Amino acid sequence: MKICVLMKQVASEDSPLSISNNIIDKASLNLVTNEPDSYALEEALLIKEKTNGEVTICTLGPESSQQVIKDGLAKGADKAIHIICDNTETMSSLDIAKIITKKIQNENFDLIFSGLQSNDYGFAQLGIIISELLDYSNACLVMGTEINENKLKIKKELENGWFQWSELKLPASLSIQSGINQPRYATLKGIMSVKNKPVDKIDFSELGLSLNAGYTIDEISIPQKSKQTQMIEGEVDDIVSQLTDILKNKIKVS
Amino acid sequence: MKILVYIESTNNKIHPVSLESLVAAQKISESNGAEVHAVIFNTNLIDALSNYKLDGLITPDNEELIYYHPLLYLEAFNQINLKYKPNLFIFGHTYETRDWVPRLSAKLDIPFISDCVDIKYSDKITVNRPIYQAKLAQKLSITSEQAIISFQAGSFSADDINRGVCNSNSESFDLSSVVDTINMGERFQESSGGVDLSSAEFIVSVGRGIGKEENIPIAENLADKINAQIGSSRPVVDAGWLDHSRQIGSSGQVVSPKLYFALGISGAIQHLVGMKGSKQIIAISKDKNAPIFEIADYAVVGDLLEIIPKLTDNL
Repeated sequence: MKICVLMKQVASEDSPLSISNNIIDKASLNLVTNEPDSYALEEALLIKEKTNGEVTICTLGPESSQQVIKDGLAKGADKAIHIICDNTETMSSLDIAKIITKKIQNENFDLIFSGLQSNDYGFAQLGIIISELLDYSNACLVMGTEINENKLKIKKELENGWFQWSELKLPASLSIQSGINQPRYATLKGIMSVKNKPVDKIDFSELGLSLNAGYTIDEISIPQKSKQTQMIEGEVDDIVSQLTDILKNKIKVS
Repeated sequence: MKILVYIESTNNKIHPVSLESLVAAQKISESNGAEVHAVIFNTNLIDALSNYKLDGLITPDNEELIYYHPLLYLEAFNQINLKYKPNLFIFGHTYETRDWVPRLSAKLDIPFISDCVDIKYSDKITVNRPIYQAKLAQKLSITSEQAIISFQAGSFSADDINRGVCNSNSESFDLSSVVDTINMGERFQESSGGVDLSSAEFIVSVGRGIGKEENIPIAENLADKINAQIGSSRPVVDAGWLDHSRQIGSSGQVVSPKLYFALGISGAIQHLVGMKGSKQIIAISKDKNAPIFEIADYAVVGDLLEIIPKLTDNL
């Protein structure tokens, strides 16, 4: 079983964000692996262990994204593809999918895993677009996988607490719902093994694609508040007495 | 300009976000005279749309389209596109949309701008969408001849639908070319004996900021004191600290209590969708940039582990 996991480096949840001239200051961001992608990687590693498979990490992003690859290899992935690209933020999901597809189309992966969505731009499309470009079956919001020989059963999360088991023919591209498993930590042995694992690095311009997002980004801004928010500040005791007043006298809890 | 709105249905009901998307399309039509067409695959629900103002309602002859299947839907839309060539396809940003509309984007080779919250027309279509977990927003202008967009739930109010006349056009799709690689099983609900939070008067809701499972009683004690139900954000359920039936948000329950007391919830969009209708929102978080503060009535930037036990004692 050959599995490709699409992973991305994004700003951490508590990263400072500053904008000037409609551009986010990338130098000030704290960069981490996109959390939903960790669940995709873990699911791939679990299947690898059951099927004697091979896991390849694929990331598209600047040089700094090699940290995502190192962390993933340390957890147990076998090799990696790094497509170097500095301006993914102006690209459409379709453009990004075309770049990745061009690079991986001859690898004959049985499975392509992606995270639910990225915590920066959040289009939630990449793995599903690739399924169409490569003519794979697909499913999103996958909450469980079962593989027997070449049969893939997946449990999909639907809305409002509903689920559905479905059978997919391989090859398939799955976007994995967060919470499907408990992502592992890297072991010391794993960390030591990273330097011996192959990383295939290529600049995206070498893939010779002509791309056009089909839209322009006119503005990036801090969203305007729709509500008046009262800030409750002070020492802990101060905050407690203000909250008590609000709960008892304004909201009138019993 | 021609706009095509997809009307999704589940369990034989129209998805509310589809009607909101229709409002968005009608709004554009008012400013530029665009034709607005809708597509519904569940033919049992055609009557429910018959008094909305539409230039046409496309309905299929094919029974197999009543139930969702990504590859059949894709081929049907491919044929709709060949015949109607809409400039703009509009979908609700639902789980179903996430499952197949990216394929449509690839098949038609047109961009899909997902999870939008607003749309305007001046000389071109512009949309707004949240980025960076809703801490920032981006405004995009569509430059391609054709594009797909999807709207987050709650972006428009279905009460604003323009009523009028609508003619339905029955279409027969040839789906014989679809190679069936996906066998969709029965839908089922897991913890059906769960908690109904939708009628709760007060909710104390727990987010990842509570730190660890051992701290959950801090929230439970407060909830007991004020007769509130316990709710939670997704990460807390994923970590196994609280049961799935407590989850509030797009994959959990939608609530509108008198008080929503958010403890350590940052306010990812998927969570906000489930609770932004609450009458009063109190939020405590260490992160002063937490998006939950954008919709809170009262905001406390501080350590809930220090504040909440004292508050509970004080009440």
